[in-house]
Amino acid sequence: MVHGEAWTIKELFVYPNEYIYWTIQIVMYPLMTGLVAGAFVLSSLYHVFGVKKLKDIARFSLVFSFALLPCAMLPLMLHLQQPGRGMEIMLTPHFTSAIAAFGIVFTTYSMIVGSELWFVYRGYFVETVQSLRDKTNRTFGESFRYNLYRVLSLGAYDISHEAREKDERAIKILAGIGIPVACFLHGYAGFIFGSVKANALWMTPLMPVIFICSAVVSGVALCIVTYIATMELRKLLADRKRRHDPALPSTEELKSAEIQVVTMTVKYLVMFMILAISLELLDLIFRGYTAVKSWDILRKIIYGKDFFNIFILQYGLGNLVPFIILLLPRPTIRRAVAGSLLVLLGVFMMRWNVVIGGQAFSGSFAGFMEYRLPIWPDSMELYKEGLFGALTVGIAPFILFWIMSKIFPIFPGEERH
Amino acid sequence: MIDRRGFCKKALLIAGGLAIPISALEIFDPKNLLAEKDDQGKVRWAFLVDTYNCVGCGFCVKACKVENEVPLDANVTRTWVERYILTRAGVPYIDSPKGARDGFTGKKISLGEEGVIEIRDEDISKAFFVPKLCNQCDNPPCVQVCPVGATYQTADGVVLVDRDWCIGCGYCIMGCPYGVRFFHPVYHVAEKCNFCYHRITKEMKSACVDACPFGARRIGNLRDPNDPVTKIIMSERVAVLKEEYGTKPQVFYLGLSREVR
Repeated sequence: MVHGEAWTIKELFVYPNEYIYWTIQIVMYPLMTGLVAGAFVLSSLYHVFGVKKLKDIARFSLVFSFALLPCAMLPLMLHLQQPGRGMEIMLTPHFTSAIAAFGIVFTTYSMIVGSELWFVYRGYFVETVQSLRDKTNRTFGESFRYNLYRVLSLGAYDISHEAREKDERAIKILAGIGIPVACFLHGYAGFIFGSVKANALWMTPLMPVIFICSAVVSGVALCIVTYIATMELRKLLADRKRRHDPALPSTEELKSAEIQVVTMTVKYLVMFMILAISLELLDLIFRGYTAVKSWDILRKIIYGKDFFNIFILQYGLGNLVPFIILLLPRPTIRRAVAGSLLVLLGVFMMRWNVVIGGQAFSGSFAGFMEYRLPIWPDSMELYKEGLFGALTVGIAPFILFWIMSKIFPIFPGEERH
Repeated sequence: MIDRRGFCKKALLIAGGLAIPISALEIFDPKNLLAEKDDQGKVRWAFLVDTYNCVGCGFCVKACKVENEVPLDANVTRTWVERYILTRAGVPYIDSPKGARDGFTGKKISLGEEGVIEIRDEDISKAFFVPKLCNQCDNPPCVQVCPVGATYQTADGVVLVDRDWCIGCGYCIMGCPYGVRFFHPVYHVAEKCNFCYHRITKEMKSACVDACPFGARRIGNLRDPNDPVTKIIMSERVAVLKEEYGTKPQVFYLGLSREVR
């Protein structure tokens, strides 16, 4: 069977070689890079612009951004027909291609996030090493931690006040450089689509900007959800632990800190959401108004075949409803979670409508293609390009985040022990 | 403080040291490595399709699949033939079942998932066939978007794919406005018509040209003013497909109708 045949249904006249070649993994790819960029921008709001109220979530989102990084590459690898040759993008980049920038942008960005993370946690590494160094009978776990942190500290053991201040300055600079690079990382994902002149739905110079805005929206939303989830877990654990160690923060303290952080973050979420929606609507209105050759078929897709996906799921459930939920007076945690989850759905649907919607019509403008998401993986290909492949990509960052949170404590209170 | 002797010595050393990498630049002149792409070579392959002569037999499609080892039953093809039927009401019906591998032998028009439709002869205002193949564009978007340079344009204008280097990302397939590219079902890399490059570089015609019993397909060298194909392209009224994309296609059509997609 030809690649694409298993999930493409053709209607009316479609060129013989046309199939939906870019499927669920290419929906996941901008979603994941978007989350990476968004999480990083959120952490930079504190580090660069000094938004003090975001201090707690800043650290959290930085670690999360780092955990998401390798997962942004995962969908690409799963999508390639020759994944073994994936390295060629780094080895022989062909710079007229938007994808070729991937290697450079991605590496630069990883290095920035990695080094910022190191500066943020350097003090903690050194403190841990120092506290464990003098211990005579270390357990296996302690020995492991001791050696791990010794390696991670890279030999920089100076944690005097001056050294710490230098760290802070480095963090600020890195976060500052990181914002444009994060935007570039995602903007270029938008450029990959926006520059395809053969695709009438994709080709618009607004695409990179729309992608950046929706990236920030999705990243912030995911950080809110994950932050709340971890805070709830902490509250549960705190109750149990406080019986032994009364110095730990109480449930009430945690709760008030949580709602403050969440309210502040939601404000930024709504701000970027307004920007993203304005641009998307501008694009839609402009297409309708100028009504060039492709508009006939685009209209049939947008207002016909994809109406439910675009107007009900994306704009309705994904934008309008969370907008109302999040802006209602007296915010609560529960509403913030519901709103953020809907926002995530909205951004996912936006990616879906761009990637799949862009292939829903033939280049002949005389036929349609429908994508049937493969559910049960009968073969490796159907796994990679189906529901379970997408779930793998979706779950991977959380597992990675959990592992990383063992090395990089994400909440300030936990550093003491 | 540096004295005059020391300054001269160091200056010489620096100049000498710089000369080595600069001379290396001379050796690795990128222009030479570019396979003289911008040089006005002696050959520029072009294709001429005379739609008046095409009867939709599909011999070209079959010959192409055999010649280029694209599995006969796979629903992808390097070249195909489209059938256009216009009703008196002005509604166009277009189809190309299996790329017209078996030719158009009946009156039923395929509508994809919607099934088939048959138009009565008296309702048809005009009908014709249009063979399609890679346009070997002068400004090929597929070459532009390949992230690893696995697809490239030769000096004589043909766009090729390096099967050992293609990573199979599908960006070139997305970038082609003509839908000529696909993933090869056996090699799992991008695949497309290359005017039978292995044949035309050995003084032969492409397989489809040889297979066409009606002379609807012809291949020629645009740089040779005495080439019969070039003469027609230069003197007759020819059209190309989807000029608005700025790809500068090099497959020329005689008798192209406005309904052709």
